[in-house]
Amino acid sequence: MTTRLQNTFAKPRPAFVAYIMGGDPDLAASQTVMNALPGAGVDIIELGFPFTDPMADGPTIEEAGIRARKAGSSLRAVLGMAKAFRKTNTSTPIILMGYTNPVYHMGYATFVEAAVQAGIDGMILVDLPPEEDGELRALMDAQGLSLIRLATPTTDAERLPKVVSGSSGFVYYVSMTGVTGSALSSGGSVTEQVARVKEASGLPVVVGFGVKTPERAAEIASVADGVVVGSAIVETLHENGADAALSLVKTLADATHGTAD
Amino acid sequence: MGKIDNQIFPDERGRFGEFGGRFVAETLMPPILSLEKAYAEAKVDPAFQAELADFMEHYVGRPSPLYFAERLTEEAGGAKIYFKRDELNHTGAHKINNCMGQLLLAKRMGKKRIIAETGAGQHGVATATVAARLGMECIVYMGAVDIVRQKPNVFRMRLLGAEVRAVHSGTATLKDAMNEALRDWVTNVADTFYCIGTVAGPHPYPAMVRDFQAVIGHEAKEQIMEREDRLPDAVVACIGGGSNAMGLFHAFVPDESVRLIGVEAAGKGVKSGLHAASLTGGKPGILHGNRTYLLQDEEGQIADAHSISAGLDYPGIGPEHAYLHDIGRAEYVSATDDEALEWFQRCAKLEGILPALEPSHAIPRTVELAQELGEDGLIIMNMCGRGDKDVFTIADALGEDIAAGTEG
Repeated sequence: MTTRLQNTFAKPRPAFVAYIMGGDPDLAASQTVMNALPGAGVDIIELGFPFTDPMADGPTIEEAGIRARKAGSSLRAVLGMAKAFRKTNTSTPIILMGYTNPVYHMGYATFVEAAVQAGIDGMILVDLPPEEDGELRALMDAQGLSLIRLATPTTDAERLPKVVSGSSGFVYYVSMTGVTGSALSSGGSVTEQVARVKEASGLPVVVGFGVKTPERAAEIASVADGVVVGSAIVETLHENGADAALSLVKTLADATHGTAD
Repeated sequence: MGKIDNQIFPDERGRFGEFGGRFVAETLMPPILSLEKAYAEAKVDPAFQAELADFMEHYVGRPSPLYFAERLTEEAGGAKIYFKRDELNHTGAHKINNCMGQLLLAKRMGKKRIIAETGAGQHGVATATVAARLGMECIVYMGAVDIVRQKPNVFRMRLLGAEVRAVHSGTATLKDAMNEALRDWVTNVADTFYCIGTVAGPHPYPAMVRDFQAVIGHEAKEQIMEREDRLPDAVVACIGGGSNAMGLFHAFVPDESVRLIGVEAAGKGVKSGLHAASLTGGKPGILHGNRTYLLQDEEGQIADAHSISAGLDYPGIGPEHAYLHDIGRAEYVSATDDEALEWFQRCAKLEGILPALEPSHAIPRTVELAQELGEDGLIIMNMCGRGDKDVFTIADALGEDIAAGTEG
């Protein structure tokens, strides 16, 4: 795990994790938003890179990916955004998020080298389960980068130890069965599930999928080590622009940190 | 190359060499593992196999005939050409072999909600048919582009009680329908069975679909031995995802003297970039749960496939084909839209068979091979689907308006 991630989870407050699609609406505008996220209270940036076939995403993220690709975004371009971000910020962790094929196509070793150069802290690949992640994980581990695993409501007691045993940095708990940006799930079960994953992993647990409002973020923050919001930010950025998106980010971050009015 | 033992593929990780595997979201791993277990149990359960065999005989109409295509053989002027007539199955294509197997498995697993993706609509129709027969709810995802070019099949599915959901994302074709079906599965994982239509997707699908389709090759082998008292020199089939080809090939894989030839869709020509020939023009990558050959750009983004045939319009291919290709056991060639159109018409007039656009791709390569092998040669081509569904597409390509002149 990088020092940046260690420092983030050493803080006595839950982390607010904001997802943006790298290159949406274009690379320059996306860079500006990314650079402003820490100032709006973001503790970890989840930086999406586009893929033509995002099987685990709802329409909001899928359309953001289409816009980003039209604007010339790609895994390579998103690594460039991270590198540019690091010129002015060396403390906020960046976690890449996307699908395996662009990384596989670049070559795992080439990717890891580029990720180190770009100041990346970790990565989540939605379609790379524990059964398939050995090769990439070994290369990332060797560089201190975290390949973060996902636990879901279908990850049963038998499977959970296998899933969390190889995770590094933190565990991403997907709070519902469904695609990104779907309707909310019920509060009670998330509390139990987070406790279950924390106990099995001994790692910080952040919760994502279906968190859209400050109320929900605060609720999740009371039981988890971090809260991820993606689709709501992406949608606001697309419909109302950067200022509105950053203002939403601030509200969500404050709610997560328990510093809301 | 040594003799290949059919029983060792895939390995316990679902790999055919470096291809295959299980590249899915964590949410789908538990259901995939439970499917693998359920299938392994069903596979060796005589009761399950007996039920499947009974449906195959009395409902699907198996065995399908092995037919000597005499006039096509004369036209080619070389080896004898036989058609394996899987277009005579109930619903008009090989697809139902697999649906019958998977939905009986779903029934055994207690799943009552069936989802499927479809390109040409043949897999959708077959799934809707078997779901109706077994009293199951059926939802079929289909690209909006394919819905337009395969109207008769869309109506057929609705008549069978299935809900057809149009997919507008991406290229609005087969791969996008598969994305949407995966999204449905990830959302409704508890009660839903995903009936994948080809030998692709995460393990155990490539092996399971192959096993259900392998009846094609097993029958063909028995039939050709009866008719000709020898193995064929080659077996030929068209390939999109590759289920009819894998079904025909599987029984012949250990027979080294039999050439296995897959015909991919070259669209407007492989060099034009507008094609669906993943092995001829693609590179290894990861999509829809498996590692295989994919059409993709230099950034690892999936490229658009193109084929006049909706059933072949897919940027990937089953992982076992990728493996057979790399070890040199099978040969993969291609045929263009124009060649398929030409041979569709010639086959209709020579044999009185309207082939689907998909096997129409296999005919020109079969004819060439017949010439190459000469009169002593023997070829089996899989006539995997009938062309009734394609008459609108073909009329359009030939510049004829067959809708005109009707009332209303």
